[in-house]
Amino acid sequence: MNKYNKIATLVGVWALSSSAAMAGPADDTLVLNEETEMVTRTAAPAHLSDVMDEVISGWHFRGVETRAMQADDFDNPGMIFVEQAQEAWDTADGSEGKSCASCHDGTESMAGVKAVYPKWNEAAGAVRTLEMQINDCRETRMGAEAWDYTGGTMQNMVALIASVSRGMPVNVAIDGPAQSTWEQGKELYYTRTGQLEMSCANCHEDNYGNMIRADHLSQGQINGFPVYRLKNTKLNSVHARFKGCVRDTRAETYKPGSPEFIALELYVASRGNGLSVEGPSIRN
Amino acid sequence: MRTRMTLALAFAVSAGMATAAEIPPTGVSYEDGAVAASLSGTPGNVDEGRKIVGSKKLGNCVACHAVSDLADVPFHGEIGPPLDGAADRWSEAELRGIVANAKMMFDGTMMPSFYKTEGFIRPGKAYTGKAADDTFGPLLSAQQIEDVVAYLSTLKE
Ligand code: HEC
Ligand code: HEC
Repeated sequence: MNKYNKIATLVGVWALSSSAAMAGPADDTLVLNEETEMVTRTAAPAHLSDVMDEVISGWHFRGVETRAMQADDFDNPGMIFVEQAQEAWDTADGSEGKSCASCHDGTESMAGVKAVYPKWNEAAGAVRTLEMQINDCRETRMGAEAWDYTGGTMQNMVALIASVSRGMPVNVAIDGPAQSTWEQGKELYYTRTGQLEMSCANCHEDNYGNMIRADHLSQGQINGFPVYRLKNTKLNSVHARFKGCVRDTRAETYKPGSPEFIALELYVASRGNGLSVEGPSIRN
Repeated sequence: MRTRMTLALAFAVSAGMATAAEIPPTGVSYEDGAVAASLSGTPGNVDEGRKIVGSKKLGNCVACHAVSDLADVPFHGEIGPPLDGAADRWSEAELRGIVANAKMMFDGTMMPSFYKTEGFIRPGKAYTGKAADDTFGPLLSAQQIEDVVAYLSTLKE
């Protein structure tokens, strides 16, 4: 038996075993608070058409109970943090004596914002994440201190802003001035880092639906961020998740808020264009 | 092949020498993805190999491969093919090559290279997220590779 026959046999054995064992995404529908039907699976955006047909929210890859928790705001522990942020929204801070509400009125004014971030900022001449925009408001308009990028206060606010866009389709722009950042993010997505030489794509494009030891691999979408994790009982930021995944390739990670993670966030967000904004969602 | 190696080993022992020279990760020669020579010069230990394949801290092979013989270890992955019957499909030299550097046998495979120290992008210090330092070494030692190969060689159907 030569090497090629062996590989053919190998592929055969493998296909058989995976069709038997593969769990795949759960067949389920997410209806928020018994009224808003969320788009948790949809046709892949055009820029992904050569690699996948469908994009699927991480919600489908979690267990029955975790999925149910996210369907009702009273059961969603992430909403407690949203309430805390509501207080911060209305509280004046910094040398200007202003709160978010001073400039933006109620939080409903933020509907649609999370869906288009990260986004090109003309004045800054750069792509900005929501965290960066929040800190810019705090520093330049409120005269207040910047919040820690991945910290609780910041992520609570990101969750609040996400929560008022729930059900709206993610729609980040990848062309025009954002294009070069998007391309940098794409490059990072496919780079096999660390001693394990794995890229985001190895796990989240080639193997979603498969188990990696005890973990059920999803597409690594970020439409549900920030996510409340049952494991650490707090809201977790996109960049903290990226950092954890890069660390797990036995690599030197990038820092939260770094240009690399901003670019990667834009790219990963664009892979979810068309899915509903779901943050704050629940994960194990 | 196996006879010749055993002979060489017997000679080394009888001549009163220490174990044969270890082949460093940078000195391994691959032929069609296979590695004929033992990396450590010492025969692998099946029990040790079984431990390495199942242990999260060592090979963690079960993260990606199911192995019926390791039913006592919880959670087997489904990224790679099940390893049952691996020894029916591959010779010892091929198994050694696959474990040492699977990319030599399967172009572009996701399987990590367990006996390789060069050519990484942003190598880290284990799972700390920090840059690699002078403690950096291959994922498994020469002897651990031999132990894993010895164990895989028992996986027949
Ligand atoms: C070694 C495998 C592996 C690699 C490589 C990897 N991840 Fe992950 N990732 C996981 C696992 C396991 C989880 C938890 C289960 C899940 O949601 O897929 C996860 C979760 C995520 C999530 C959370 C998804 C959700 O719905 O909660 C995001 C986002 C993510 N990964 C992005 C990335 C990005 C970006 C990269 C590359 C920089 C990457 N991952 C590389 C294994 C990996
Ligand atoms: C991150 C995933 C991953 C890990 C970890 C991993 N492998 Fe693999 N392995 C694969 C994949 C994928 C293949 C299929 C080859 C390909 O890519 O075409 C494979 C193929 C193999 C094969 C040949 C397949 C057969 O059974 O016929 C053997 C043997 C093997 N691996 C052994 C191991 C051993 C031993 C370890 C640990 C020391 C290990 N693998 C760790 C992913 C992995």
